[in-house]
Amino acid sequence: MTAPAALAVEGLRRSFGALTAVNGVTFAVAARERRAIIGPNGAGKTTLFNLITGHLRPTGGRILFEGEPLGALPPYAVARRGISRSFQRTNVFPRLPVIENLRLAAAATGRGSYDLVGSVTRLWVPAERARATAEAVGLTDRLDVAAGALSYGEQRQLEIGIALATRPKLLLLDEPTAGMSPEETQRMTELLAGLPQDITLLIIEHDMDVVFTLADRITVLHYGEVLTEGTADEVKADPRVYEVYLGSE
Amino acid sequence: MPFLPDFLGQALNGLAYGALLFLLSVGLTLIFGMLDIVNLAHGSFYMLGAYAGLATLAVTGNFWLAALAAPIAVGLIGALVERGLLRPLYRRSPLDQVLLTFGLIYLFEDLVKWGWGGRIRSISPPEVFSGRVSFGRVTLPSYRLFVIAFCLVVALVLWLVIEKTRLGAVIRAGVYDAEMAAGLGIDTGRVFTFVFAFGAALGGLSGVIAGPIQSAYPSMGVSILIPALIVVVVGGLGSLKGSFVGSLIIGQAETFGKVWLPGVSMLMIYVVMALIVVLRPQGLFGRPLR
Amino acid sequence: MTRPGGLRAWGFAIILVAVLAFPAAFGRYPVKLLQEILIWGIYAMSLDLLMGYAGMVSFGHSAFFGVGGYAAALALTGPGGALGGPLGALLLPAAAGALAALVVGFFSIRVSGVYFIMLTLAFSQMFYAYAFQTAWLGAEDGITGVPRPALLGVPTGEGWAFHVYVVAITALAALFLWRVVRSPFGHVLAGIHENEERMTAVGYPVRRYKLLGFVLAGTLAGLAGSLYAQFSGSITPDAFFWTTSGEALLMVIIGGTGTLGGAVLGAAAFILLQSLVSTYTERWMLILGVTFVLFVLFAPGGIVGALRGRIGLRA
Repeated sequence: MTAPAALAVEGLRRSFGALTAVNGVTFAVAARERRAIIGPNGAGKTTLFNLITGHLRPTGGRILFEGEPLGALPPYAVARRGISRSFQRTNVFPRLPVIENLRLAAAATGRGSYDLVGSVTRLWVPAERARATAEAVGLTDRLDVAAGALSYGEQRQLEIGIALATRPKLLLLDEPTAGMSPEETQRMTELLAGLPQDITLLIIEHDMDVVFTLADRITVLHYGEVLTEGTADEVKADPRVYEVYLGSE
Repeated sequence: MPFLPDFLGQALNGLAYGALLFLLSVGLTLIFGMLDIVNLAHGSFYMLGAYAGLATLAVTGNFWLAALAAPIAVGLIGALVERGLLRPLYRRSPLDQVLLTFGLIYLFEDLVKWGWGGRIRSISPPEVFSGRVSFGRVTLPSYRLFVIAFCLVVALVLWLVIEKTRLGAVIRAGVYDAEMAAGLGIDTGRVFTFVFAFGAALGGLSGVIAGPIQSAYPSMGVSILIPALIVVVVGGLGSLKGSFVGSLIIGQAETFGKVWLPGVSMLMIYVVMALIVVLRPQGLFGRPLR
Repeated sequence: MTRPGGLRAWGFAIILVAVLAFPAAFGRYPVKLLQEILIWGIYAMSLDLLMGYAGMVSFGHSAFFGVGGYAAALALTGPGGALGGPLGALLLPAAAGALAALVVGFFSIRVSGVYFIMLTLAFSQMFYAYAFQTAWLGAEDGITGVPRPALLGVPTGEGWAFHVYVVAITALAALFLWRVVRSPFGHVLAGIHENEERMTAVGYPVRRYKLLGFVLAGTLAGLAGSLYAQFSGSITPDAFFWTTSGEALLMVIIGGTGTLGGAVLGAAAFILLQSLVSTYTERWMLILGVTFVLFVLFAPGGIVGALRGRIGLRA
């Protein structure tokens, strides 16, 4: 008898009018696994994320988190179950300082957010976690800077930090290195490799070096369907993967 | 059977009121559709139209000249407001523009009080339409029939312009996607000014046309704004068709509310609005909300 | 070294004492103006909680001001003066404001931006229409002859008692809001203002927070309306009219959004403009409109924002 998968997606479908963006996708991610989702543009990767986090409702199929169906939970409830995500386009709190960006995320699942007259500084658990997260994403020196004043690379780091500060069991990262310079990508890859091992990671990424460095297993999506799945070596050896990438260029 | 003629008379009254609301709200909805601004000063344009008409009448004594001069004058004021006051705010949140138009209400209302005083002034209808007409046992002022016909003609012309002409295509492109319109090589800045001025002119026109029915007084703009906004909410923001259908519904609701439920007549239009908002938040013909 | 928090507490205490002692040095009319400023200040601060902190620009705040005013007027003119104490003067109006805000907010917070403006505006007009045509609310004449309550056994009829009462309630309201905007809840509201989508994604049920913020603001607006009815001895449907919402908006913008002190400053500017300017010229509305337009165009941070920029003052 084995433990249920951290995440199991079963026959998941989603249509937008005549277009089917996700068409019967099935896969499972084990706890503590690091899984990459790759595929050409329009393969349905971000739609898949939006379905998992409740931003979109599936047209068919279901999603199980730790063996429990997520059903029709709204995004905030999915987050409270322990699924957190980062966004492809940086989505931070631009006018708030870095530490407050992280503290808000850290306090989201805790108690006390309805406290009307208490003091924020008294709630030291989220404050501590915010500081720890800042260290994990390399922003310790920038705590009091407004998020909007950070460099692009730093904003991407904060983007991951906000998702991480909620203490997720499953972390979904949507193109964490999008738009980054090679140096920034290098730093981000190291940062991601250093994330706590007990977090299950699902990562959409175009940069194959990043994918091969980080992922235990890779799922390849193509036109909303799973083309193949396997270890880095298995995927590299699959001629269909090359066809898809070359054919779509 | 005394009920039937009464019913017909009320329906015609409601139609005249609805026609006026259409003339007013269509400018509001055009401006919103193109510039994403809820122009709270639209009622002020209506009021300014009535007073511009009054001024022209005082000089010329000719209602038709007044009906021509009012929209031109108010359209010019609209162009000035867009160029001078709203344009600097386009980079900021759209709410700042709404707030600015709120400030204009005070400004315009007091300017008119300054010039004409605060009392109610009547505007007489043109000679041709100063009588009453009868259909069997129903009689009503012939001017109301003129208002209905006039607004129908305006609606038809607007529909033709927006659906069939190049200018209309530009406006439609701007309504759906200003960036795309800019990409097509359209000078959106000039289109914005034009649409705002045109919407303001329609507001001014509705003010002078309403004059013989509603008279002119400085706070008339503040009172008419709410029914006009409700028409736009009911019909759907930015929709010409919605403005038309919404006006007819609100016109009838208001008029029959006064006859059948005099105790709560003022609530009628809000009940209609609340029903629509609960059942269909984007309004009858509005684009779905994000 | 003094902490800035300590400095601010001293500043607040000094202003409080000055405001309390005001009638000792000034005559009836200035005292009346001051009381009016304080009452409108509560109302403007409650709107600022929505606008400046939660980012919800409401054009229907008059609904709760009016509901509070009518609740107080009904309770205080009730038979035998059974509700002539704090229950009728403070608790019932605040609760009525809260309840009205709960209902209006439930429907309105489902939309945002201009749609939110239009819905809140229409809802407040609904209250206006109802009050205007309802006999037991005095229809268009409203309710007159509202007596001032007796608190802790002291009648607050005229003079010092009423002044102390108004100042105390204003100070409590200001302190409460000051705590709220610095509380964990206040920080959540600020986060929603900044980026609603992200707040949802990290696990905040955003609508619940917005509704709670809306109800809080409605409660305090109800309290302000109640004080206004006691201050002026009457309440009319005009309290509900949408321009009453707009006036609070003017105050907040002129004073500076997102600064509670600014809301009170804005109320002061508005009331002084209305009463002082109108003694010199009839054109106070024109001056008000121009002032407001200039603030929106050139000083979106209001008086407080302009001061901060000029002398580097921090709030």
